[in-house]
Amino acid sequence: MLKVRDIGKSFGEFAAVNGVDLTVGKGELVAVIGPNGAGKTTLFNLITGQLKPDRGRIEFMEEEITTMPPYEICKKGIARSFQTANIFPRLNVFGNVQVAVISQQRKSNTLFHPAQGMAVEETNRILENLGLSDKALETAGSMSHGDQRILEIAIALGNDPKLLVLDEPTAGMSPEETDATMELIKQLAEERGLTILFCEHDMDVVFSVAQSIMVMHQGRTLIQGKPQQVRESEEVMKAYLGEE
Amino acid sequence: MLMHMMNWKSYWVLGAIFIVLLILPPVIPRFYTYIMALMFVTGLLAMSLNMVVGHGGMFQFHHAAFYGASAYAFALILTKTKLPLWVAFFAGPVLAAALGFLIGLFCVRLTRLYFGMLQISLGSLLWAIVFRWYDFTGGGDGLYGIPMPPFISSLKGSYYFILIVVAMCLAVIYLIFKSPFGATLLAIRDNPARCEAIGINVRRHQLAAIVIATFFGGMAGVLFVVLERSVFPDLLFWVLSLEIFIMCLLGGWFTFLGPMLGAAIIVSLRTFVGIYTEYWTLILGVMLILIIFFLPEGVMGFVLEKFSPRVSGPRKGGTE
Repeated sequence: MLKVRDIGKSFGEFAAVNGVDLTVGKGELVAVIGPNGAGKTTLFNLITGQLKPDRGRIEFMEEEITTMPPYEICKKGIARSFQTANIFPRLNVFGNVQVAVISQQRKSNTLFHPAQGMAVEETNRILENLGLSDKALETAGSMSHGDQRILEIAIALGNDPKLLVLDEPTAGMSPEETDATMELIKQLAEERGLTILFCEHDMDVVFSVAQSIMVMHQGRTLIQGKPQQVRESEEVMKAYLGEE
Repeated sequence: MLMHMMNWKSYWVLGAIFIVLLILPPVIPRFYTYIMALMFVTGLLAMSLNMVVGHGGMFQFHHAAFYGASAYAFALILTKTKLPLWVAFFAGPVLAAALGFLIGLFCVRLTRLYFGMLQISLGSLLWAIVFRWYDFTGGGDGLYGIPMPPFISSLKGSYYFILIVVAMCLAVIYLIFKSPFGATLLAIRDNPARCEAIGINVRRHQLAAIVIATFFGGMAGVLFVVLERSVFPDLLFWVLSLEIFIMCLLGGWFTFLGPMLGAAIIVSLRTFVGIYTEYWTLILGVMLILIIFFLPEGVMGFVLEKFSPRVSGPRKGGTE
C-alpha cells in the first residue's frame, strides 16, 4: 500500500533521514522504532508532505506522492496525527472532528449552507468510538493532554483514511493512558480494517501490537521485519537495544 | 435559513433592534441620524475586516485600501460616466475584491507578520496613486458634491438605504460565518498546519476569504460615499486601517458582532469626545490598554460570556 524507497532529507549539514526504506501492506499495523533523534518524525513528515524529500520516492496505492502538498496527500487517503497535540484549540471537540469530516466530504468551500447540521452523524460516530462523546461541547484547548492526543486521532479519522499515520501517539502519556491508547489503536485496526503506521520509542509497547517493525538508527533503516525477526537481529541489538 | 440557525431569542432581539433603528430618524436630531449611519458604514467595514482577521487569523493590516478604492471607483463612475447607479454601486465592491485577489495572491504566500508588512506596502501604493493622480482622482483634495439620485439624496433617504444594505450584508456575512467555509476558516486560524493535514488547501481558502472580505469592505466604501457624497485620500490611508483593526480588537474579534460594537465605540469617541479635545485618541489609548488587560476577548466577548453561559460551549452541532 505504502512504499518508501531510499528517501533522504537534510537540514543544512545534518542528514535527518538518510536512506530509509519502508513497506506497509494493506491492513497491517506497522511500527517504526528508533531512539530519539533517529529521524522518525522527519520520516513521517516526508510521507505526509509537511516536508519534501531531497531524494528517493514515495508511493501510495501505486501512485507517486513524493512531491505532493499535504492536503493532496490527505485526499489520496493518508491522514495523520502529530507528536505534539496539534488540534484546533478554540473550536470545541465536535467542531475539531467535524471540520475534518466536512473536508473529507469535499464541502469545505460551501458558502451558503449552515455547517451546523452537516456531517453530524459521522462526527458523532467517531467521537463515540474514541470515547469523546461526553466531551463533545468542551473547548478543545482546555482539555487534558491525554484527551487532546485522543482528539488528534479523532481528527485524523474524520478524513476516513485508508492509511492512518500516528506520530508517537502515546508521547507524554501516563502508563495507564498509554495502555488505553494502544488498545484503542489495535481496536481501530481490527474493527475498521485500517492500515496503521505509527512510531514509538517505547519498545514494549511496539512489540506487543505491531505486526511489522522497521528499525531506524541515525536516519537509516536498519531492518524491517516481523517482531520476532527484529528481536533476533544482531544489528538491532548493537545499535538500539544495547543502548538501553 | 437564517431563522433556522439562530435561536428564537436572538432572532427577536435582532428584530427589535432593527425596528428601533427604522423608526429612530424622524424622532432624533439630524446630527444623530448622521452619526448612526456613519456607525453602520464603519461597522460594516470593521465586520468585513474581521472576517479575515478574527475569523481567518490573517494580518490584514491595510484593509482601508480596498474600502477607499471602492469608494473612489463609485465616485468616479458617478461623476465621470453616464453609467447607471447600480453599475457604479457594484463596480466598487467588485474592484475591491479584484484588488483583494491580486494583493492577496502575494500575501497568502507569506506568513503572519510578513503578510501584514507586504499588505501595508501594496496598500500604500494604491494610496500614493490616488494621492498623486491629481487630474483623475482630485489628488489630496478628493472629490466633492458627488451627485446622488433623489431616493438617497436626503440624509433620511441615505440612512435607510445604508441601514438596509448593511443589514443584508451582515446577514450574508453571518451565513458565510456559519457555513462549512466559515468553519474551515476558523480551523485555519487556529492551526493552519493541521488544516493542511486534513486535506484543506489553506492558501486557496485564505485567498477566497480575502476576496469575500474585501468585497464587503468595498460595499462599506460605496455606502460611505452615499452618506458623505465625497471621497478623499484619507479613505485609503494606513491610519484608517489601524483604526478599523482597533475596532475589531476593541469589540472582540472572536465574536461575530463585536467589530460592529467596536466601530460604534470609536465613532462615538471621535464625535463626542472629539468636540472637547482633539486628543480623543488619548482616551482611546487608555481604553485599549484597559481592555487588553481586563477584557482580552473584547467588549462583546465579555458581554457574551456574562450573559450567555452557552457561548463557549456551542449549540449542538456548532463549530464555535
